[in-house]
Amino acid sequence: MGVARYWRQQDQRYNLGGSKCTICNREFFPSRTMCPICHRRSLGKMEKYHFKGFGKVTSFTVVHDPAPGYRSQVPYILATIELEEGDLVLGQIVDCPPSEVEIGSDVEMVFRKLSEEGKSGTIQYGYKFRLK
Amino acid sequence: MKKLAREVAVIGIGQTKFGEHWDLSFRELGIQAGIKAILDAGIDSKRIDALFIGNMSAGQFLGQEHIASMIAEEVGLTSNQIPATRVEAADASGALAFRQGLLDIASGLHEVVVVGGAEKMSDVTSDIAAGFIAAGADQAWEALFGATLPALYAIMARRHMKEYGTTMEQLAAVSVKNHRHGKMNPFAQYQSEISLETVLKAPRVAEPLGLFDCAPISDGAAALVLCEMELAKEICPCPVRIAGTGQGSDALAITNRPSITEMRATKKASERAYERAGITPKEVDVAEVHDSFSIGEIMAIEDLGFFEKGDGGPATERNDTTFGGVIPVNTSGGLKARGHPLGATGIAQINEIVLQLRRKAEGRQVKDARVGLAHSVGGTGGTSVVHILEVV
Ligand SMILES: [Zn+2]
Repeated sequence: MGVARYWRQQDQRYNLGGSKCTICNREFFPSRTMCPICHRRSLGKMEKYHFKGFGKVTSFTVVHDPAPGYRSQVPYILATIELEEGDLVLGQIVDCPPSEVEIGSDVEMVFRKLSEEGKSGTIQYGYKFRLK
Repeated sequence: MKKLAREVAVIGIGQTKFGEHWDLSFRELGIQAGIKAILDAGIDSKRIDALFIGNMSAGQFLGQEHIASMIAEEVGLTSNQIPATRVEAADASGALAFRQGLLDIASGLHEVVVVGGAEKMSDVTSDIAAGFIAAGADQAWEALFGATLPALYAIMARRHMKEYGTTMEQLAAVSVKNHRHGKMNPFAQYQSEISLETVLKAPRVAEPLGLFDCAPISDGAAALVLCEMELAKEICPCPVRIAGTGQGSDALAITNRPSITEMRATKKASERAYERAGITPKEVDVAEVHDSFSIGEIMAIEDLGFFEKGDGGPATERNDTTFGGVIPVNTSGGLKARGHPLGATGIAQINEIVLQLRRKAEGRQVKDARVGLAHSVGGTGGTSVVHILEVV
């Protein structure tokens, strides 16, 4: 991905920045410009919302065979996490051995380096999670 | 549901052997399959009105886009400047090209159409190929965080195990069965059996999935000739009717779906195909399903309605999905053993179903097969395509 494409998503990736529909009060991550429930009524009524960063593991894998750019992190834990607000997000779980992670584990967001050498040659940062 | 304006039949099939073809280029693979299908149909290539090619990633694997024109020329179809179109939906590209060819004839636009699929993957190293395959997942919200396609399917697998009690042995049984089937298919990449122990002890790619839970990297091409039904009956001794077609979509990222233990796109695509064909899942005699990963086949046989949700693993273990069982699945060896040259897969599946319905599948023939189903998935389920074929 090009540098601009990473930069555009920085708030979302750095701060779990999503959006909130002020009509039905639902939060969305990633950010949406239109609420999928309220449709056109929500146009112009979406607010920025920063997710608190707490959640539970709903499933996970331990990756041994990574994509290029992630080799130095192997083996790493990749999980689907249900945030307190209800949205599901995919992210790595760090600072613990895989044996300590279970479906249902409580996690909190941390800010880390995501990849060493993206296709653009830059280092990318963003959210990961650790056990709470 | 309204009928398609015109009925369409498959009148010719052809494919290359799948595998690592160091000696053959993308062009040569495409030509081999295309010419075989045209010869099998026994028609003059001047009668071909249009070409649709399924291909996921020639731009990434070969740096070559615009491949429909390239294949059309090589198969000798550019003399009359026929329309040649490339179709892309990750590894459902071939199935989608087939659907476009079907709709093209059904609409009345054309009478005879060639549909093909091709992929050349072995010109790059396997980790580069894995990165290209991951392009079928969400780059911004999955791949950037370290997700590969096996990793995403592994996450689905672990959740399926948690919710339904699916076991490692049941996952492994899918690959064991598909290798046993592939042994009987001369076009398969792997024509050897593997033991349950081999699958279970193989190195893990993304836990719980191991090397033998994943379809291989393959080169290959497959093609079909489609024809309007009345004309087909005149020129072909054994036309196979396309009875149903269905396509469904879902969120690209698995985190934007309400459940990761089913594929809504597959459920919808198959409902649409069954309704159009006027049949129920029980009436299907033989099926080719998308087992890019072992868990994929387990979810597929549930979502297609062959087994109750959660019974996909136990059904595989009970031998319900092999010869003599409830419904033989992936008689060709599936993506696991036949091989999975992304864009070619959907067309190769229909090749197998047509062979079964012509009763020409030799050692792997399903007795008295009358109705066959083919199911293709793009990536982790953002696209699903289902077709039902039947003996005329
Ligand atoms: Zn709303």
